[in-house]
Amino acid sequence: MTATDLPMPGLALVPRTDEKQSAKDFKTDQEVRWCPGCGDYAILAAVQGFLPELGLRKENIVFVSGIGCSSRFPYYMNTYGMHSIHGRAPAIATGLALTRPDLSVWVVTGDGDALSIGGNHLIHALRRNVNLKILLFNNRIYGLTKGQYSPTSETGKITKSTPLGSLDHSFNPVSLALGAEASFVARTMDSDRKHLTEVLRRAAAHEGTALVEIMQNCNIFNDGAWEPLKDSETSDDRMIRLADGQPVVFGKDGSKAVVRGEAGHIVVADTSEVDPAEIIVFDSHADDPGLAFALSRLADIHSLENTAVGVFRDVQRPAYDRLVREQVASVQAQGEGDLQSLLRGKDTWTVS
Amino acid sequence: MSTDAKAVVPLGHVVIRFAGDSGDGMQLTGDRFTSETAGLGNDLSTLPDFPAEIRAPAGTLPGVSAFQLHFADHDIMTPGDRPDVLVAMNPAALKANLKDLRAGCTLIVNTDEFTKRNLEKVDYASNPLEDGTLDSYDVQAIGLTSMTVEALSGFDITKKDAERAKNMFALGLLCWLYSRPTQGTIDFLKAKFAKKPEILAANIAAFEAGWSFGETTESFAVRYEVKPAPMRAGLYRNITGNPALAYGLIAASQQSGLPLFLGSYPITPASDILHELSKHKNFGVVTFQAEDEIAGIGAALGAAYGGALGVTTTSGPGIALKSETIGLAVSLELPLIVVDVQRGGPSTGLPTKTEQADLLQAMFGRNGEAPVPIVAPRSPGDCFDAAFEAARIAITYRTPVLLLSDGYLANGSEPWAVPDAASLPAIDPGFATEPNHDGEFWPYLRDSETLARPWAVPGTPGLEHRIGGLEKADGSGNISYDPDNHDHMVRLRQAKVEAIARSIGPLEVDDPSGEARVLVLGWGSTYGPIGAACRAVRAEGGNVAQAHLRHLNPFPANTAEVLRAYDRVIIPEMNLGQLALLIRGRFLVDAISYNQVRGMPFTSEELASTITDVIESL
Repeated sequence: MTATDLPMPGLALVPRTDEKQSAKDFKTDQEVRWCPGCGDYAILAAVQGFLPELGLRKENIVFVSGIGCSSRFPYYMNTYGMHSIHGRAPAIATGLALTRPDLSVWVVTGDGDALSIGGNHLIHALRRNVNLKILLFNNRIYGLTKGQYSPTSETGKITKSTPLGSLDHSFNPVSLALGAEASFVARTMDSDRKHLTEVLRRAAAHEGTALVEIMQNCNIFNDGAWEPLKDSETSDDRMIRLADGQPVVFGKDGSKAVVRGEAGHIVVADTSEVDPAEIIVFDSHADDPGLAFALSRLADIHSLENTAVGVFRDVQRPAYDRLVREQVASVQAQGEGDLQSLLRGKDTWTVS
Repeated sequence: MSTDAKAVVPLGHVVIRFAGDSGDGMQLTGDRFTSETAGLGNDLSTLPDFPAEIRAPAGTLPGVSAFQLHFADHDIMTPGDRPDVLVAMNPAALKANLKDLRAGCTLIVNTDEFTKRNLEKVDYASNPLEDGTLDSYDVQAIGLTSMTVEALSGFDITKKDAERAKNMFALGLLCWLYSRPTQGTIDFLKAKFAKKPEILAANIAAFEAGWSFGETTESFAVRYEVKPAPMRAGLYRNITGNPALAYGLIAASQQSGLPLFLGSYPITPASDILHELSKHKNFGVVTFQAEDEIAGIGAALGAAYGGALGVTTTSGPGIALKSETIGLAVSLELPLIVVDVQRGGPSTGLPTKTEQADLLQAMFGRNGEAPVPIVAPRSPGDCFDAAFEAARIAITYRTPVLLLSDGYLANGSEPWAVPDAASLPAIDPGFATEPNHDGEFWPYLRDSETLARPWAVPGTPGLEHRIGGLEKADGSGNISYDPDNHDHMVRLRQAKVEAIARSIGPLEVDDPSGEARVLVLGWGSTYGPIGAACRAVRAEGGNVAQAHLRHLNPFPANTAEVLRAYDRVIIPEMNLGQLALLIRGRFLVDAISYNQVRGMPFTSEELASTITDVIESL
């Protein structure tokens, strides 16, 4: 089953094309200027490879970005695009999405852009549930300014601005998004093309704000930041792949399971030592975000043990832009405005 | 109302100031008196003056709220420097306003509030009504509260509700004293209290009791009348600046066919534009109350990118936050209207008071060479035309435009000749629909006349392109770090803004004598006070010319010529000389700066004597 067979309420008003598209159609003539080996290349290829299956008219797709390495992304997409200013892409994209329901609007951002300077816009976009798809490239470092720690860097990180180790406690982007009332939250990996594409499909179909955290490697300033999740030797033991309707088990041969602990919180246990009925069954569509939040908290920010990936939350909540349009339409249904009577007002007098 | 037998004395003009506690309903009282006065055909100008606190402690000086109204049988230009009549509802209102009164003025005082406790609250050691403080005024000491309560004794309402109607008693008395019609106020009360019949009846009764008191009391020997002012024939209404500005934006949206999108964050004194526009969804207006100032302008810019008429509204502190996005709009070359309703600064400053100290912020408050056209209205009603003009420039030249209103224009009112919607000009957005360069689309290939770039909105097939805040190659719009290209682009953006001068009218000079050697040059809300000062000078036989700038960037093409035609140029401003700095820098004119930065509208008296001094020094 391809994504185009799925219902895509998030794209319901975006015009389709019958022309067959390929990844090539979404490439520009601009030379891609990320560092060789950067994880951004893989994400760009995945997005260009997946967009054709949506069958949208390419002129109705817009990529808006902020500032940072990831935010160069729009220059390389042969759609409409805006490379804006630091942290503000969600605000700019909100204005665009509110006024243009016929566009598929994507925000490309990074951990510094979205979670530091632009944190306020991010949380408010999520709570409003504007029809935007936000791709957050998380490399846990400032790349474009050459290597300072970011809000997702682990505490104690030695960087140019923290020679004695950073003192900041870090954000967990998934936890933050769930706390900000997000209706769609996912986490995936730059190098896992299949998983990344599946997540992008579900995000595109979602009506409202979708936050997709993409764990991305900066091979210059923070190389190997996600390596424990990428190395086939260690990844199975660390990564929890969430799947709807499935018990949450991971590790080699499913040796680990997530179960309810004594105080109601969730814990990781040996699968062999628990009653299979006690293993938590995952549901991204659950109204209550509690389990998704708890799963996001299992991850250890240093060792990356128990890092869950996949779609944490995918629920339907009326999109803000649709509500705005409906409110305007309901007023206009009772009669459109007449400029002359507006200017005249209620209390006038005539001088003859 | 019965007719009265008292003599009616004609007056040319009167300035009344209603002053009381924030909870006394002075703004409402002033508004109602203004409405009746407008309906009568007087020319008028109003000045609400209220504290930033919503309810400062009752009876204290910070809690005093006032409303000043100047009305006349001839055209007037200001709300008046000083009141002829002060209505003081409590000791705090008296104390806060007494310094503005000339000897012999009328003081209507609510004696019920002059209790020991209330006097102590404002440090009156003795009662000014009794200790001779007010000997030089015509004092009308009236128990407004007690008389209101007595008049309402038959009503089934609380004592508190009865006391609250005292502003209607005062309004009734003033309406009698100045022969104002009453039906409008009664209709207004009926609408306001439609769901509370007892309160409605009580308010009407208080209003009528105030009127009857004037008629029967021996305190007032005469009543006054101010005849209608001769005005150009037409349909008029009274209007304050913020709604006029909102209407100008809606009109521009209608005349351009672009949907209006407002991204805004609440801030005094600009919030009323957000409130007003949010009421007009029937025009397809979308109003977005953003999470902060930056998101407000960001969303407006995003909407503009999509082909809407993007607007953001704020005051000075908000402009500071929006600066980076204004710079992005300069770089993207997209239409955007940025409204700054200026207030006293720096920092939080005086939120409810007026000032025009954001001119240099509007002009230069961005990183890099980021020229932005600036338009400023001169009166409350002119906010309509200025907003329409800002939209014309923004759309035609693909540029952010700063519209500099101020707190006085926002809340002050004047009679406004209702514009004829059908005769408003069309604004052509001229969207790009076709490739423009060898089958490709170049987003920065300019119109040779306006230097504006094509506006291709998402959804237009074949014109997919990327824009951003990085420097762009001339024409193609691709990222370019080339030194010569940057130098060229910096000059091009400047030249585009300068080219706007070709589309605006010349700076006009008002010099009835034709012999003036002194020019007074102003901008913004000082127009009325400067005009009044010039009239006063001329009335004394002095020759003075007045010119007023609507466009602060670029200046009208003939500005240098106008300035050089005079021996002296005086520039009055509610700042420390910001326009003067620009004029001196741009034209090498040794302008004389005259400044008042009191948070209040410019007053004319002192300015007139300054002008006379300059004339006499020649």
